[in-house]
Amino acid sequence: MADKVLMKGNEAIAEAAIIAGCRHYFGYPITPQTEIAAYMAKRMPKIGGVFLQAESEIAAINMVYGVSSTGKRVMTSSSSPGISLKGEGLSYLAGADLPALVINVQRGGPGLGGIQPSQSDYFQATKGGAHGDFHMIVLAPASVQEMAELTVKGFELADKYRMTSMILADGTMGQMMEPVSLDIPVEKSIEKPWAVTGTKMQRKHNIINSLFLKPEILEKTNYDRYQRYETIKQNEVRYEDYLMEDAEICIVAFGIAARVSKNAINEARKKGIKAGMIRPITLWPFPEKQIAKAAEKAKTFISVELSMGQMIEDIKLAVNGKADVTLCNRTGGMIPSPEQVLAAIEAAAEKGGNN
Amino acid sequence: MDFKRITIISGHYGSGKTNIAVSLSLDLKKQHENTAIADIDIVNPYFRTKDSEDLLNKNGIRLICSKYANSNVDIPALPQEMYAVTDDKTLYSILDVGGDERGALALGRLVPKIQQENNYEMIYVVNKYRPLTSTPESAIEVMTEIEQACRLKFTSIINNSNLGKETDTNTVLLSVPFVEEVAKRTGLPIAYTTVYKKLLPELEGKIKNLYPINLQKYM
Repeated sequence: MADKVLMKGNEAIAEAAIIAGCRHYFGYPITPQTEIAAYMAKRMPKIGGVFLQAESEIAAINMVYGVSSTGKRVMTSSSSPGISLKGEGLSYLAGADLPALVINVQRGGPGLGGIQPSQSDYFQATKGGAHGDFHMIVLAPASVQEMAELTVKGFELADKYRMTSMILADGTMGQMMEPVSLDIPVEKSIEKPWAVTGTKMQRKHNIINSLFLKPEILEKTNYDRYQRYETIKQNEVRYEDYLMEDAEICIVAFGIAARVSKNAINEARKKGIKAGMIRPITLWPFPEKQIAKAAEKAKTFISVELSMGQMIEDIKLAVNGKADVTLCNRTGGMIPSPEQVLAAIEAAAEKGGNN
Repeated sequence: MDFKRITIISGHYGSGKTNIAVSLSLDLKKQHENTAIADIDIVNPYFRTKDSEDLLNKNGIRLICSKYANSNVDIPALPQEMYAVTDDKTLYSILDVGGDERGALALGRLVPKIQQENNYEMIYVVNKYRPLTSTPESAIEVMTEIEQACRLKFTSIINNSNLGKETDTNTVLLSVPFVEEVAKRTGLPIAYTTVYKKLLPELEGKIKNLYPINLQKYM
């Protein structure tokens, strides 16, 4: 107990990045993630690290590109509109196969939208995030503890697969305070023979680049990259099962929506409704096999989201017509209440649960 | 607490200032009829005194805050009404200041009048379990930064050390030597040590000046 500290989700991300060996942070303030930058500004100078408030989000992501090229662990953070600005840089990182950790503490959109929590950047995060064929590993924490642990994991996965990991959180996760244990094991950073670290006249120089002059070569890099993505789909899917053994109604929810849903499921169980939840922790790769398996038993799937319904498309693909898939949502910065989720569960039970 | 005319609540962000400010305003109302709580937090647009608007209204406590508080307008606006705090000498008020030295900057413009009248208390709220104020050195560092930013000196400390919902009696007891060290080095008295109401019976008599508060809910 005494080893725990009370942290905001945003602070937990920042401290966990430092624990993971990140000594380079480039950011630009935007609510509701500004505490990440504020925390880094205080901590980095004390440990010989770099905190830099860039002139824009675009500058920050390109600084990430530069540092990552040298093989160092590097991070930037923003919230929805700022992530859109980083889009070009995200695509360049993918094209150059550079590892990086990018944090998106989502707020309501589209446009300047609002400052309250949202999950409406799901499409943007999981389907690439910018131009070209690519993916990011997308991690969705549902507690401040997970904000810290998945930050460390995000760096490890990024290094392992030479790609961007994104923490897809929301304003509530960033702002809420919970006790955290920072005793998080860190995998030693892997060898990066591709990094530009100076040849010392002893090896051929490395080139970091996302421009390919020959279309045949560009095509081959795309195929190679997608082969790597297949490995990730096989090995890196993470999810949490909650009361799924006998579940006839399966909620699929991540982040703050999963916390709300858990309360609703507990209430439904008290009423004798067999409800459960699959909580994706990796949104890409998506736990499609687990959902397909659940669809053999469950009659209805409910996607609980802080969006107009984005993850529901991936659920439908995984369920593949074997069960009903419905949406329970709020948007614009609003969060579904446990009562709203419970009502959706009860409606599903009434419709299909006459077993 | 015997209230001065102006009570300023400041500290590291996330130290629990707003929760304590609201609680103290209820105490203040018991001693003085004409009371207000002024939210001059320009740092964090997420958790605001305005969240407690119903409670304050019910108790007849005037809420002075930016008209943009709790809206999507994310600008560091101050309410013009805040000058009532210094100018209306019949008003007793609690000032809820934003976190860290950046938040304290907003207080600066009221400081000359506060100093002139010299009928104020400025309380440093500190939580030992917050990572950037977990040692006496770092807690005093944040305190000094705030004092330099607003040009006003703290007059007392509230020990608000807690681990949220995981707080137990030991959590509170272990924080006492920490805050006593901060008090010793700064020469400031410890006004209160806060404790969740359900832990009060177990801690009564073990810690001086206990102040019962409610656990703040985030969901």
